[in-house]
Amino acid sequence: MTSVLYDAPGPRARRLSLVVSLVAAVVLLALFGALIAALAAPRVSGGVTVPGLFDPSRWDIFGEATTWRAIWGGVVGTLSAAGLAAVLAILLGMVISLLRSARTRWITVPITIVLEFIRGVPVLLMMLFILLVLSTGQYWAVVGALALYNGAIIGEALRAGLDSLPRGQREAGLSIGLSPLRTRLAIEFPQAFRQMTPIIVAQLVVLLKDTSLGYIVGYSDILRVMMNNLSSFYGNRYLFSLFFVCLAVYLVINFTVSFIARYLSRRLA
Amino acid sequence: MQAVIDNLPLLLEGFGMTLLLLVVSGAAALLIGVVAAVMRISPVPSLRWVATGYTELLRNTPLTLVFAFCIFVVPSLGVRIDFLPLALVALTAYTSPFVAEALRSGFNGVPVGQAEAARSIGLGFGQILRLVILPQALRMSVPPLINVLIALTKNTSVAGGFFIVELVATGRQLANANGNAVIEILLAVAILYLVITVTLGLVAGRVEKGLRVLR
Repeated sequence: MTSVLYDAPGPRARRLSLVVSLVAAVVLLALFGALIAALAAPRVSGGVTVPGLFDPSRWDIFGEATTWRAIWGGVVGTLSAAGLAAVLAILLGMVISLLRSARTRWITVPITIVLEFIRGVPVLLMMLFILLVLSTGQYWAVVGALALYNGAIIGEALRAGLDSLPRGQREAGLSIGLSPLRTRLAIEFPQAFRQMTPIIVAQLVVLLKDTSLGYIVGYSDILRVMMNNLSSFYGNRYLFSLFFVCLAVYLVINFTVSFIARYLSRRLA
Repeated sequence: MQAVIDNLPLLLEGFGMTLLLLVVSGAAALLIGVVAAVMRISPVPSLRWVATGYTELLRNTPLTLVFAFCIFVVPSLGVRIDFLPLALVALTAYTSPFVAEALRSGFNGVPVGQAEAARSIGLGFGQILRLVILPQALRMSVPPLINVLIALTKNTSVAGGFFIVELVATGRQLANANGNAVIEILLAVAILYLVITVTLGLVAGRVEKGLRVLR
């Protein structure tokens, strides 16, 4: 790895860097080992000795089909909310970018204010609003709030994409007799989409992460299934193991989606 | 409207808690983020790896999960700490990778000639960083950093789901207590958030204009 910030390390610098790395690795490993040992040690709580956290008795639930069926239910809950919200957000984003680049101020000014409002308010508050005011149930509260918020962001990204296109594209479309709307949809949108794919896809990853807010409004996503339902079903002593499996499930999903996203944006670029 | 006016003290109390979460975890995340960003461009490979691992792990973990770890798992390990410090730790841990990324984009924005010039007059890595790169990178990362702070403002609402009574939690309680004024109360909460986020957005716009003059 070369960098403009420092010279390619010579033998002495390389040795020093190796020593620092080794020392850091040893210290980190020692800390990690100490943590593992502390977690694995049986502990006394209220006069009762509780087995350590890596004791098989804390992990045996993962050998049962019921557990995995429940986790699968959570995964489906998370993915179905995220999927629908993503589709709606992209559609909403297209509508917003059209409205935002309209020619009359009667449309652009109100839509700008609404967008400013949506982007300045927590998604969680929107979920609560939909849940309490529209009383639609948790699924639609999660989907609606996520679609609204991410639609606003994607709309802005698309508008930036439209603005960045050469003027000639629009003029060419109009000059061959397409209506202004047809020009936008058939000529400008495909190019704007392609240009903004990385941003849109990154936003969809954020959307997937944000479905976990559904936990707070009571939607049965991965987090609620594992940290609430399963931990109260099997008992609190599984909380630690459940958390780790939950983290692993999330990381697998997110890294997969990020990977697909990076692949897609490379293909489309 | 009456319900909002009657409960204004409670709402302001929640607003204060949101501000406290924002200021403390924002400051801590800035500190840790600078360290992580510097580690990512440092000459020592192991430091780069640690910083990369830290940012990637936390950026791919939902904030709610970080909170679940701090609020449910940590106490179950026998650590006795109040919920507020734990919530601050969760927000800081989640925000610092985003600070690091904003700074990294700032580092990348410093023209290569600057670092080359600094190196050609014989400055070392630490000196280049301290005297040449950081002053420019920090200035350039102010707008993205403010965006991180705006996101943090909105993220403090997650603490409301984990026993911290800030704006959203206050709003939820008040909405449950005043069933006939739910819309007004939630709108009041939204406006209080907008007070912070719109202000920060205006500051970002100002700073950006100032920078354009500078360059």
